[in-house]
Amino acid sequence: MSKVMNRRRVLRGMLGGAAVSVGVPLLDCFLNSNGTAMAGGAPLPLCFTSWFQGLGYAPGYWEPKTVGAGYEFGPQLRALTPMKDRINIFSGMKAYLDAHFAGAHGSGPQCILQGGVADNALPSLDQIVADAIGSKTRFRSLEVSCDGDQESLSRRSASAINPSEPSPLALYGRIFGPDFKDPNAADFTPDAHVMVRRSALSMVKEERDTLAGDLGASDRVRLDEYFTSLRELEKRLELELQKPEPLAACKVPAKGDQATPGLVIDDARANHRLFAGLLAHAFACGQTQVAAVKFSGSLSNLRKPGSQQTFHMYTHEESIDPKVGYQVNVEWFSNQCAESLLEFARALESIREGDQTLLDRSIVMYSTDGGYARTHSTDNIPMMTIGRASGRLKTGVHVSAPGDTAARVGLTVMQALGVPIGTWGAESNRTSKTITEVLA
Amino acid sequence: MKIIKKRFRSTTSLIAGLIACGAAAVATGPSAVDAATEAVAQESNGVVIRRLSQEQYETIIADVFGPGMKIGGRFEPVPREEGLLAVGAARVGLTTAGFEQYDAIARTIAAQVVDPTHRKVLIPCKPAAANGPDDACAKQFLASAGRLLYRRPLTDREINLQVKAANQGATALKDFYAGIESSLALMLVAPQFLYRQERMEADPDNAGQMRLNGYAKASRLSFLFWNTAPDPQLLSAAESGELHTAKGLTAQVERLMASPRMEAGVRAFFTDMLGFDKFGTLAKDGSIYPKFTTHVSEDAQEQTLRTITNLLLVNRGDYRDLFTTRKTFLTPLLASVYGVPLLQNKPNGYPESWHAQEYPAGDPRAGILTHISFVSLHSHPGRTSPTIRGKAMREMIMCQRVPDPPGNVNFTVVQDTTNPLYKTARERLTAHATEAMCTGCHKITDPLGLSLENFDSAGSYRTKENGAALDTSGTLNAATFKDAAGLGQAMHDSPAVSQCLVRRLSTFALGRQTAPTESDWVKALNDGFAADKYRLPDLMKRIATSPEFFRVKARPGA
Repeated sequence: MSKVMNRRRVLRGMLGGAAVSVGVPLLDCFLNSNGTAMAGGAPLPLCFTSWFQGLGYAPGYWEPKTVGAGYEFGPQLRALTPMKDRINIFSGMKAYLDAHFAGAHGSGPQCILQGGVADNALPSLDQIVADAIGSKTRFRSLEVSCDGDQESLSRRSASAINPSEPSPLALYGRIFGPDFKDPNAADFTPDAHVMVRRSALSMVKEERDTLAGDLGASDRVRLDEYFTSLRELEKRLELELQKPEPLAACKVPAKGDQATPGLVIDDARANHRLFAGLLAHAFACGQTQVAAVKFSGSLSNLRKPGSQQTFHMYTHEESIDPKVGYQVNVEWFSNQCAESLLEFARALESIREGDQTLLDRSIVMYSTDGGYARTHSTDNIPMMTIGRASGRLKTGVHVSAPGDTAARVGLTVMQALGVPIGTWGAESNRTSKTITEVLA
Repeated sequence: MKIIKKRFRSTTSLIAGLIACGAAAVATGPSAVDAATEAVAQESNGVVIRRLSQEQYETIIADVFGPGMKIGGRFEPVPREEGLLAVGAARVGLTTAGFEQYDAIARTIAAQVVDPTHRKVLIPCKPAAANGPDDACAKQFLASAGRLLYRRPLTDREINLQVKAANQGATALKDFYAGIESSLALMLVAPQFLYRQERMEADPDNAGQMRLNGYAKASRLSFLFWNTAPDPQLLSAAESGELHTAKGLTAQVERLMASPRMEAGVRAFFTDMLGFDKFGTLAKDGSIYPKFTTHVSEDAQEQTLRTITNLLLVNRGDYRDLFTTRKTFLTPLLASVYGVPLLQNKPNGYPESWHAQEYPAGDPRAGILTHISFVSLHSHPGRTSPTIRGKAMREMIMCQRVPDPPGNVNFTVVQDTTNPLYKTARERLTAHATEAMCTGCHKITDPLGLSLENFDSAGSYRTKENGAALDTSGTLNAATFKDAAGLGQAMHDSPAVSQCLVRRLSTFALGRQTAPTESDWVKALNDGFAADKYRLPDLMKRIATSPEFFRVKARPGA
C-alpha cells in the first residue's frame, strides 16, 4: 500500500501537480473482498481502448448545441444518449496537415492517434499507454479488426505495426485458450513446459550484441524491435508461472461462434459484439489493460448486403437530400457505427465490480478519419471519450475548441491514464494544452 | 517535383496531366515516404536484411522437415514498399503479437518433428537414454537442421546455445525429445532463421574492399530463383568458395535455372508484383456476382500465373506478349464466369481441371490485363472502376506514380449509377473531370481503365452498362485504341512496360530500390533485356551473374 502510494506521489510530483495516476500493476496487489479494489485498498487498474471507425459524421449533425455539462447530442449521435453522462464530446478540433500532402483518409487518424501527420514512425497513443500501464499484464495490448482484415492503426514505429486480429474465435483462443490461468482457480501449479520455454528465450536475449554485428542504424532498430517482442513474450511466460491474484469480476466467457468475416455491415457489427465481450472479459480477468478496436478502416468499405455502394462510395457520391440537409445513406451507416460504439461501452458496463463497473475504470477513446468524409476535410473532427478512468476524468461534458489540434484529446487521455507526458505531437499538432475541463 | 518529373519522364502526356493534377503535390514537396526512402538509400551499403515471407517460411520447413509438416497460425503482414512486398520485408520489424504467432507456429512444428513417427526419420541418432539429455546426439541433429534453417553453418557459440537449451529442456522435463523440441522451437524463432541476414567479409581480390560472404550470395541466388533457402549443393558451393568465381557462379545459376523449382521463383515475383496478396481480403457482392466465390479468386490467380510461366518459362517468350497473348488456361469454374464454353468430360464430382485455351484472333480477351485477376482485383465490390484500374496499370505495370485525390473534392457525380444522365462510367467520369483539380489525374488513369469496361467487377464480359452501349476507346501516349485488345497492344509497345519489369525484378532481387549510382547497371539490364528479346529467364541470369547483384561496401567507420 504505502509503496504504491509513494509511486503515485512521485509521478504526481513529476507532472507539477497535474491530476495523474499510474495504473497499479495487478500482480503487486490483492483484491479486497467485495471486488471493488485490491485487498490493500489500491484501486483496480485502469483500462484503455482506442476505438476507431472510418468516415465519421456530417458537420452540423453531430455536435451538441450547448457547451459544458448537460449537452444534447446532434441527431447523428443520438444513439449514444443513454450513455451521455459517461461521455465527453469534443468539437471544432482539427488535424493540421502543415505542408504535407494529405493522404485522403490517412492524415486524420495519424494526427489523432500518433500526434502528427508527417512522420509514420511516431508510435500510436495506445502503445504509449501500454508502455506506461500495460507491462504487468499477460498481453501488453490487444488489437482487433471488425471488417475482416489485419490492418491496424496501432504501431510502435513505422516498421512495427501491430496486426489486428480479425477473428473473434482466434482472439478467444489467444486469451482464454489452454495458456489462460483463471485468477479465481483454487489451485495453481506452474507448468514445467512454460518454465523450459522461458529459460530458453532468456538465453537468446543475450545474443543481441553478437547479432547486431555491423548492422546499420535502421536495421539495429529492427533488431531491437525483435528483442523487445521477445522480452514481451518472456515476461508473459513469467506471469504464467505465478499464481494470479483473484479478480472477483473475472468470468471465463463462453467460446462463442465465429461471425462471418467481411465487409457487410451486419457481419462487422456481429464481429464487433463478440470482440467487445471478449475484450471486456480480458480486462476483467487482468489479461490486458489496453486494446485497439478497428470497427472499420479509415476508408470504410462497409456495405449493406446486395448493395453496389459501400459506405465510402456513398460519402463521395450520394447527393445531399435537400429535405434533411445531409446524405441519407451515409447517415444510415453513421448510425450503425454509433450503435456499435454504444454496444462496446455497454459490454464494459455489463461487468460489475461491486458498486462500480468495468467502464468506470476505463477510457474508451473514439476516433475517426476526418470532419467530413464527403470532401476529405480534416476540420471539426468528431472526438469523444467514454468512461471515468476511476475518477480521473469528469464526464458528461461538451468541449468546443475550434481550430485546436485534435491531438489535445490524446494528450489529455494519456495524462488521465497516468502516462508521464506533458507535451505531445509534431509540428502544428504539437500541444501541451491539456483539456482541463474534463480532468478531475 | 523533381522526383515526380523523373518518374514520369517517359510519357509526355503524363507530365501535361500532372501539371494540372499535381498542383497540390508540387506545392507540398516530397512525402514522408520519399524522405524515408532516401534515408534508407543513403544509409544502405548494399546489405539487406529481409524477413522471410510466409511462402518462403513454409517452403523451407517443407524442404527441411518434409512436406507433411502442418503450419498453423497467421503470419504478420508485411507492408508494400516501392511496389513490392519484397522491399517491405527489408524494412519491417516485428511486433509482440507477430512474435507470439511465430512462437506458436515454431512450437507446432517442433512438436511434429520429435513426435514418435517423425523422429525416426528426422533425428539421425538415438539418445543414450530417452529420459534425459544427450549432448552429442542433440548436437548432431541441431547442427544439421540449423545449417539448412540458418542457411549457413552455425557458429560454435550458436550450436553451444542450442545444445544447452536442449540439455536444460531434457533435464527439466526428463525427456530427450522434449529437449530437442524446445531447442528447435527456439531456433525457429531466432532472428537468424526469420530474417535473411547477410554477412560481409574482406574481399581478397580487392584490398580494403568488402564482399558478401559465400552463404549470403547463395541465399540471394536461391531466394531469387527458387524462393526458398539454398539447397545442400548451393551451400557447398558457398562453403568451397566456388560462388566467388565467375565460372562457379555461372554454373550454379545455370543449375538453379535448369530446375523445375525455378517456377516457384517466377511465381513469387509475379504474385508480389501483381499484388495478389490483396485477394486475401477481396470481397465481391454475392447478390450481384453470385459466381464470384473464394474458389474463383484462387483459380483466377492460378490462371494468370500459369499463363505467365507458360509463356515466359516453358516457351521462353517475350515478356511484352503477356499483354497481348490469346493463350491461357481455364477451369470450368473460370469459364463460367468469363462466359466461355468449356466442356469437361469428367464424371460428376471430379475435381476442377485445367484446360489450355486459345481465344480466336479478334477476341477481346487478350492479355493478362483482361484476366479476372486484374479486372476484379482493381474494382469496387459491386462496380468497375476505370480509375482504379488505370491507376493499377500505371503503378504496377509501368512503375509510374499516380497521386492520391486531394481534399475538398466534390465526388458526387462520379458513380451515381441512378442518375439517368450518366449511365456509363465514362459519362460519370467525364462529368466529374470537369472539376479542374480532378481532371489532371483522371487524364492519367481513365483513358487506360475505360478500355477494360467490357469486363465487369467480377471479370464477366459485357457490352452495355445500364442499357447504354459501352465506348471502350482509349489512349496511351500517341497510341489510340478501341478496346482491351488494343490497350494490350499499346502496353506491349510501351517502353515503360519493359523498363518497369527490369526495375521491379532488380528491386525484388536486391530487396531495395537501385541507387542513383547504379543507373549504369539498370541501363545495361534494359539494353540486355531488349537484346535478349525480352526473355525473363535471360534477364534473371543477367542480374544474378552481374557483380552489381552482390556489390556491398563497408560502412563508414565500420
